[in-house]
Amino acid sequence: MDINRKLEILADAAKYDASCASSGAAKKDSRGSTGVGSTGGSGICHSYTPDGRCVSLLKVLMTNACLYDCHYCINRRSSNVTRARFTPDEVVKLTLDFYKRNYIEGLFLSSGIIRSADHTMELVIEVARKLREEHHFRGYIHLKTIPEASQALIALAGRYADRISINIELPTQQGLTTLAPEKNLARTEEAMGHIRGKIDERYAEKRKPDAPKPPPFATGQSTQMLVGADASTDATILGCADKLYTAHRLKRVYYSAFSPIPEPSSILPLKAPPLIREHRLYQADWLLRFYDFKVEEIASAAAPNLDLALDPKLSWALRNRETFPVDINKAAREMLLRIPGLGVRNVERIVSARRYTRLRLADLIRLRLQLKKLLPFIITADHHPAKVGLDSESLRARFLPPPEQLELNFDTPPAPAASDFRSVRSGEL
Amino acid sequence: MRTIVIKPEYEAWRTAARQLLAQGVKPDEVLWTDDPQEASLFVGEDLLAKPPAAEAIKVPSAFMDMAKSAAAHTDSKRWALLYRVLWRLTLGGERHLLSMATDRDVRQMQDWCKAVGRDIHKMHAFVRFRLVGVDSATGREQFVAWFEPDHRIVRLATPFFEKRFAGMDWSILTPYECAHWDGQRLHFTSGVPRSSAPDEDALDDLWRTYYRNIFNPARVKISAMQSEMPKKYWKNLPEAPLIAGLIAESAGRVQGMLETEERPAKPAPNNAYLKSLHDMNQSDTAESTGESDKS
Repeated sequence: MDINRKLEILADAAKYDASCASSGAAKKDSRGSTGVGSTGGSGICHSYTPDGRCVSLLKVLMTNACLYDCHYCINRRSSNVTRARFTPDEVVKLTLDFYKRNYIEGLFLSSGIIRSADHTMELVIEVARKLREEHHFRGYIHLKTIPEASQALIALAGRYADRISINIELPTQQGLTTLAPEKNLARTEEAMGHIRGKIDERYAEKRKPDAPKPPPFATGQSTQMLVGADASTDATILGCADKLYTAHRLKRVYYSAFSPIPEPSSILPLKAPPLIREHRLYQADWLLRFYDFKVEEIASAAAPNLDLALDPKLSWALRNRETFPVDINKAAREMLLRIPGLGVRNVERIVSARRYTRLRLADLIRLRLQLKKLLPFIITADHHPAKVGLDSESLRARFLPPPEQLELNFDTPPAPAASDFRSVRSGEL
Repeated sequence: MRTIVIKPEYEAWRTAARQLLAQGVKPDEVLWTDDPQEASLFVGEDLLAKPPAAEAIKVPSAFMDMAKSAAAHTDSKRWALLYRVLWRLTLGGERHLLSMATDRDVRQMQDWCKAVGRDIHKMHAFVRFRLVGVDSATGREQFVAWFEPDHRIVRLATPFFEKRFAGMDWSILTPYECAHWDGQRLHFTSGVPRSSAPDEDALDDLWRTYYRNIFNPARVKISAMQSEMPKKYWKNLPEAPLIAGLIAESAGRVQGMLETEERPAKPAPNNAYLKSLHDMNQSDTAESTGESDKS
């Protein structure tokens, strides 16, 4: 099989992994060496495909042969997909050739599991080792690891990689038992805990001066959760993500809408990918990480799923109208962050400008804020919303998108037409 | 009113602005214009006659950083606005001005910085190097790229390429200025026409194979792609000619998936590792059931 055919199969096999991050690595570059590569700046998206996703890394599998039978996955052993396998040298050459032409800024290498977890990890690590040691490659490397792989191999993977990740796939063991019978939530979390320990060690400030420096290790770990493959609610998904952020200090949790694959499983029928839901989960995730929201405020036991029609912050504000209006000129930073339509950067701009002036609506227009969204929730020097406006039932209706945009109803999915897939919003914020 | 003619470069503006400020010249007393042919600074005899005393005037370094970036913008009003902001920050007594994103001048300067920053970022992303040969003396590979920036960003954008591609020789050609790296030194020459750069690279086909296969036809989102990769860049991207075809076939590909007969689960192969996993999973499940019974 020639390299072009292998690349077709092993890129196609890797595309369901949503992670594309190439930022957050330690600063390093190629000056003074014979190699190429640098990391440490903001990530660069070198291209975009028509699904709106960025291409920053060469994202491939070592092989798409796999012992596991995860029913959402094109590469599961029950699938009849054509199988292929790269040699480590082939991946090394592809990475360097692509990198030197500035098509990509690194490698994201994963693999189907063959023979055993350790054997598979060894193959993946060998690519990273050759890139780093034989070719002095200083670009970004993201390695997927396997929870059951030995500690020594995970340490070695982390030594060469800038980021390592283990996909949690589903937020409950029940979901895994049905759809990914080889996977286990407790073992995955245990492995994440070990990785966190190694990352913490790297950043430990209080090392004794004579203590040996810890071996180099990746600067972060991330994971991916599948949305819409099992019956988990948004509250369950966000609860799981929140636990991973706090307990294992993950850099990112990616949410991946289960989308049709060429080899459907009888255990998991295909349906339209819940792209709006995925988008709302990313918005909720942002609220958890940057806006000091708690999971229960966004998705509670009483209302476990996000409102698909409104963004979760606006939705929260409408449920908590008594909190508003908020005075832009006086309110604490934390309260400003809760105003629908105000992002972190504009909150900083407001806090900084109001030290010298009383802000008026014209100032907010100059900040390019969406006044239509803000007006019911804020007080400025020249604006006070009529209380009646805030209390009125029509306020929610005012923010709902016009009916023709709500053509996808995921609770009772109609036979999906291709136009449906095209119409929905997706992706990250 | 005096007219200041400068080369369209930050350094030229800074030299002139420093002298004007030292003389206490108000922003509305100056007309700024730039000319790439301008060899030396012309600020009028009365200014040159008096020695500048700018040392006493403190300028926030945040302003200098922003000015450097805004100066790379192509808007002809930038020199006058930069001087006005400089004057307001210093002699005008508005020391806190940069904290006021709501101020018209500050906002304009920020907009220019943002446009320049985006242009630099897109240059870092969309430059495509083409292999043109190997230096017979050093053995280093030599690459050439073509890029058409919106603003005068070549000098701001190239240190990144020096760090990233130190181990190869490269030139980035643009219509107004070119940058060259030979492993030792980064240097700049005047702009060239597009025909000076190669159109293809032997690897472009393999790259297109990757692009075609990493695309997921089940979640087409054209506007998201175009907001980050506007069409103006497409003519210099080897992968862009694939876009129309990928979009056109996506509906049929998804329909094909939906019509495919579902595959039954195959039995587990005889593999020791797989067996050990299944055993572990069973004992884990038994354990957790036992625990929940107790509680």
